[in-house]
Amino acid sequence: MLQRIYHLLLKEFLQLRRDKSARLRLLVPPILQMLLFGYAATFEVFNVATVIFDQDQTQESRALVADFVHSSRFKLVAPASDRRAVQDAVESSTAQVGIVVPEGFSELLRKGQTAPLQVLVDGTNSNTALIALGYVGQISGSYGQRYALDLAQRTGRTLGRPMVNVQLRERYWYNPNLNSRWFFIPGLIGTLTLITIVNLTAFAIVREREVGTLEQILVTPIQPIEFIIGKTLPFFLIGLFEVAIVAVFGMLWFEVPFKGNPLVLMLGTSLFLLSTLAIGLLISTVCKTQQQAFSSNFFVLNPMFILSGFSFPISSMPDALQWLTYLDPLRYFLVIIRATYLKGVGLDVLWPQMAALAALSLSLFAVAVLRLHKSLD
Amino acid sequence: MRWRRVKAILVKESLQIVRDPRSLVIALLIPLLQMFLLGYGISLDVKQIPLCAYDREGSQASQELVQRFAASPYFSLQGQAANYAEVGRNLDNGRCRLAIVIPADFSRTLNDAGQGVVQALLDATDTNTASLAAGYASAVVAGYSSAVQLKSIERHGGSVQTLTPVEVRARVWFNEDLVSRNFIIPGVVALVMAIVGAQLSSLTIAREWERGTMELLISTPVKPMELMLGKLLPYFIVGMIDACICLALAVFWFQVPFRGTLPAMAFTTGLFLTVVLCIGYYVSVSIRSQVGASQVALLLTMLPTTLLSGFSFPIDQMPPAVQTVTYVVSGRYYVTILKGLFLKGAPWTELLLPILCLTLYALVMILLAARAFRKTLD
Repeated sequence: MLQRIYHLLLKEFLQLRRDKSARLRLLVPPILQMLLFGYAATFEVFNVATVIFDQDQTQESRALVADFVHSSRFKLVAPASDRRAVQDAVESSTAQVGIVVPEGFSELLRKGQTAPLQVLVDGTNSNTALIALGYVGQISGSYGQRYALDLAQRTGRTLGRPMVNVQLRERYWYNPNLNSRWFFIPGLIGTLTLITIVNLTAFAIVREREVGTLEQILVTPIQPIEFIIGKTLPFFLIGLFEVAIVAVFGMLWFEVPFKGNPLVLMLGTSLFLLSTLAIGLLISTVCKTQQQAFSSNFFVLNPMFILSGFSFPISSMPDALQWLTYLDPLRYFLVIIRATYLKGVGLDVLWPQMAALAALSLSLFAVAVLRLHKSLD
Repeated sequence: MRWRRVKAILVKESLQIVRDPRSLVIALLIPLLQMFLLGYGISLDVKQIPLCAYDREGSQASQELVQRFAASPYFSLQGQAANYAEVGRNLDNGRCRLAIVIPADFSRTLNDAGQGVVQALLDATDTNTASLAAGYASAVVAGYSSAVQLKSIERHGGSVQTLTPVEVRARVWFNEDLVSRNFIIPGVVALVMAIVGAQLSSLTIAREWERGTMELLISTPVKPMELMLGKLLPYFIVGMIDACICLALAVFWFQVPFRGTLPAMAFTTGLFLTVVLCIGYYVSVSIRSQVGASQVALLLTMLPTTLLSGFSFPIDQMPPAVQTVTYVVSGRYYVTILKGLFLKGAPWTELLLPILCLTLYALVMILLAARAFRKTLD
């Protein structure tokens, strides 16, 4: 039995070695995607294009404008000498944020009243807009507090009653600098292996069927179970290899830390690979041509990718979609990867995800083997 | 160029599409699937962030602050931790994303020195949620701070004119309620067009090679340009139908405002579709296997349109080198146009530059694709 599996294994690797473009398709997409995600995918908000019109032209208003200009969050892109210029800049997308310090700003401040600061935001990208608005609030808020404190001290109004102030000190755990790369690169391990392994497995069998070599294999003394093992084992090894490439590249090039236990990640990866192999096998049982396999893959992989929480939080999805995510093996694997990478936790914390992934993988694999067994007989 | 020959290819290709209903159904299902999945699945609006509180003081003042967090729609209080280790465990296993730690001397320092410090521990594995959560948390604390200040002043018999010396009065344009769906959906239209266009056209020539009908095709008097037109026109029509489906879903189902004009939408969509069809065709000519061609075409159109077009990640936040690369991504221009048309209702004049770039892009791609096909067998 082992010998027959070995020969099938050898055949698969020989095929891969002789197909140069298939080898390239194994290597280039992961590296390309990693570079793109590493450099292009970012949720951070710095240097937002801003125009400021200081109508008040006083010491107070200039100090506030300076606070904005000197923060790394906003960047002055164009001078504005009237309100119209601010609106035009936002309308034409020259600036994403327009700030107007209205006339009488300092007068109100000096009287101890509320001085309004007018802010115009381009909401086209709602996420950036929301974060930018938060920074506007922080900068103007801290300016106001400082000013009030200063005013109170100068006028002696604080005598007898202290100014009261509660501050929030944030500490970001697991990713202290809020580096988006640390979020995306480990996640890529999951999505890339999913796409590669499902594709490889599905095509390997469908191609044999389409070209007609499947029948040739079936007339050999090989047993269906040996066939399945011989067909999936090479892809399992390739999957591990792919994970290693992404992990090493991510750590050396993008300097993503790995805090956890590699063995825990290894266990999760093996379980996950099992379900990707199962999905590939399942697809191969319903497709007769490679073209059908290609579109079926797309229809299966795309929802799995979107529902996994790879880039968009599952908790923000509608309830019906949230339920669907429980059927997505990638969902559990991503939690395992990110937790081992960034949090450094082990099985004591991750056992629910491991158990769910194992149950899902084993049942998928059982169904796949049964179906394939039937279609081979 | 003879129209008769174009027509012959066109009829042949159309027949092939009609007689392969499975592929046609897939081409029409992709927009539906994508629009629903991405429309519902992609949301960056954060609400009900799971929160736990570790109140080391347990005074009235500190519990008031905890209650403020519990009442906020952005947080949902999962429970109060009894010790520091429990806070760490809750963050470790993801039961909460944010932990508020109130020190044991909170109200004492607040009364004596007028300063209170509250600690927020955030799970930053998801950086975007973490920074949004930090923003909401500081708003809650600021509200609490003002209330405490007001009470303290009143207790001392004073009156106060204002608690917020500077008040931000923000107006948001174009996407007034800051709904992330309004910003995602126009981009999804571009993504769907990229996927469909590349999928459809990447097979046309590779299929002839794989089925062995290439020799036949070469022996006919058809010219490369005629072949391309005849091959791509039917898919152009399928693509435009897909675009209509997307637009209808976006406007009527997802209620994304559409403030532009339909002719502008149709024209620019036609341009973008031309670009992706030509990319697919070019790949199909160069790679002679159907599967290889569709994989490469998808990689060339879908990946850049997802990541480098500004569809979900803002271009101006990318490193300068990557920003330069985005100029050769056709999706960049189309997404700019779509966002302008959907949300801004921008007039032609404002979109002139991206439209020009896209037109130029389409012309170059047509030429490249037409020249790629040679009537030789090797």
